[in-house]
Amino acid sequence: MKFHLKVWRQKDSHSEGTLEDYTAENIPADASFLEMLDIVNNSLTGKDVPPIQFDSDCREGICGSCSLTINGIPHGPGRGTTCQLYMRKFRDGDTITIEPFRADAFPVQRDVVVDRSAFDRIIQAGGYISERSGSAPDANSVPISKTIADKAMDAAACIGCGACAAACPNGSAMLFVSAKVTHLGLLPQGKPETDRRVLGMVRQMDKEGFGNCSNYYACEAVCPAGVPAAFIGRMNREFTAASLKEMAGMTV
Amino acid sequence: MVLVSIGELFPSGRFEVCIDFAAAGVVIVYRLQFMIKSSSSSTRSGPCPAHLWIFSSIGKKTIVALTGVLLVLFVIGHLIGNLTVFIGPDALNAYAEKLHSLGPILWVVRLGLLAVVGLHIYFTMLLWKENQKARPKKYIASNSVGTTVFARTMRLSGLIVLAFVVFHLAHFTARVVDPSFQTMTTTLDGHQVHNVYGMVVKAFSNVPVVAIYVVGLFLLTFHLSHGLSSLLQTVGITNTRIRKNYELAGRTLAWLLFLGYVSIPIAILVFGLGKGAAQ
Repeated sequence: MKFHLKVWRQKDSHSEGTLEDYTAENIPADASFLEMLDIVNNSLTGKDVPPIQFDSDCREGICGSCSLTINGIPHGPGRGTTCQLYMRKFRDGDTITIEPFRADAFPVQRDVVVDRSAFDRIIQAGGYISERSGSAPDANSVPISKTIADKAMDAAACIGCGACAAACPNGSAMLFVSAKVTHLGLLPQGKPETDRRVLGMVRQMDKEGFGNCSNYYACEAVCPAGVPAAFIGRMNREFTAASLKEMAGMTV
Repeated sequence: MVLVSIGELFPSGRFEVCIDFAAAGVVIVYRLQFMIKSSSSSTRSGPCPAHLWIFSSIGKKTIVALTGVLLVLFVIGHLIGNLTVFIGPDALNAYAEKLHSLGPILWVVRLGLLAVVGLHIYFTMLLWKENQKARPKKYIASNSVGTTVFARTMRLSGLIVLAFVVFHLAHFTARVVDPSFQTMTTTLDGHQVHNVYGMVVKAFSNVPVVAIYVVGLFLLTFHLSHGLSSLLQTVGITNTRIRKNYELAGRTLAWLLFLGYVSIPIAILVFGLGKGAAQ
């Protein structure tokens, strides 16, 4: 297969970038999008063009390293991450625009590589439980209902890739934050720190310069893990409840 | 000086009482703020928790949602009152006279509504400013995946609705668009009252005026098509199962309000409701 690529090239975080044209030739239909870029980079060897820099790690859709906004959609058409997107999804001869994930809190480092450490700092602000270490407790000693376990699992499916913030016209990270708040807050292990967690994570999210949700639901449409936007609603009420408790001096 | 001229503009005769009410309101809000501040500073150091909530992303969104609820409740109540036009001239005039006889309470409601509108717009502007900053670069290959046209045009539709509300107040409340409205009177139960029915019929016999109202109301419907369901998500009354239902309900309510409101100018202009009442 053959594709015309328009790829965002940017030297570093301080310089201005532009879209540049490349041709991807002899691409197998079963190549993943990242493999297609590998082939293009190989073809650049020997020419005086630095290879296109992009993020990737596991290439099996679970680590959340790969990014790329393909034709205006983070992770491209269809559900799943960029690494799980196969070239057979496109038509031979298509023009494909590849841009970095856009959000003020995700500064572009080079080409289509963005710095997503803002998410790490949000996790540090409360996305954990203070469980004692040591041997695991007996599996059945803490009963958890199937409904709650399933819901917590839906939220825990978030791989923290940042597609939600990249898709949001407001650059809001609320789907990510709500997934983390929900997955820990629903389970008994995370319950003791519910208030502190939601207050800390939302405030850190605001501090990082992510925007405010306008309920566009673009995040939900692009999320490779299928995290539903209803979790944002859940986080909203949890944050307001925790704030009211804090105003009354009842938070721990 | 300014107060005197406002008092002349609205000759309700009880303007001073309203000023007292407003002043009392300001004092209460000021005291509350002081109480919140002092209670928090005695137990902990750091910023006031109420301030932290109000100016957090979710706090600002919640304020926009809750003020939106109040405005929608007003819009529903206003429609129910307006529909008395279909009962007859006496019904609408009696309803208008009853509202005016409320005096200071009417002014409290008016100032309250003004404050609610002010908060709704002020917090939207704060959110907008931050959102612009959070996403300074647009995608070249832009694709509005997942979003609706109603959601994307909230600020535009809101601004047009604001302009429409200003026109509507100048038209029927201050009556400066057509000054002849000010002198229209009729008798109701032996008293001389303002002829609201005649004024409405006269106003909506004019095609451009009806066009302005239909467009203004259409934009309000646009705004509410997203707003009515969005506010439930913002305050957190949601889950994956019920969202589709309340989105449909919100859109239906928005269009029902549109039909209800538009029925009045259309009935007058097209179907000749109240013909002759404007003389």
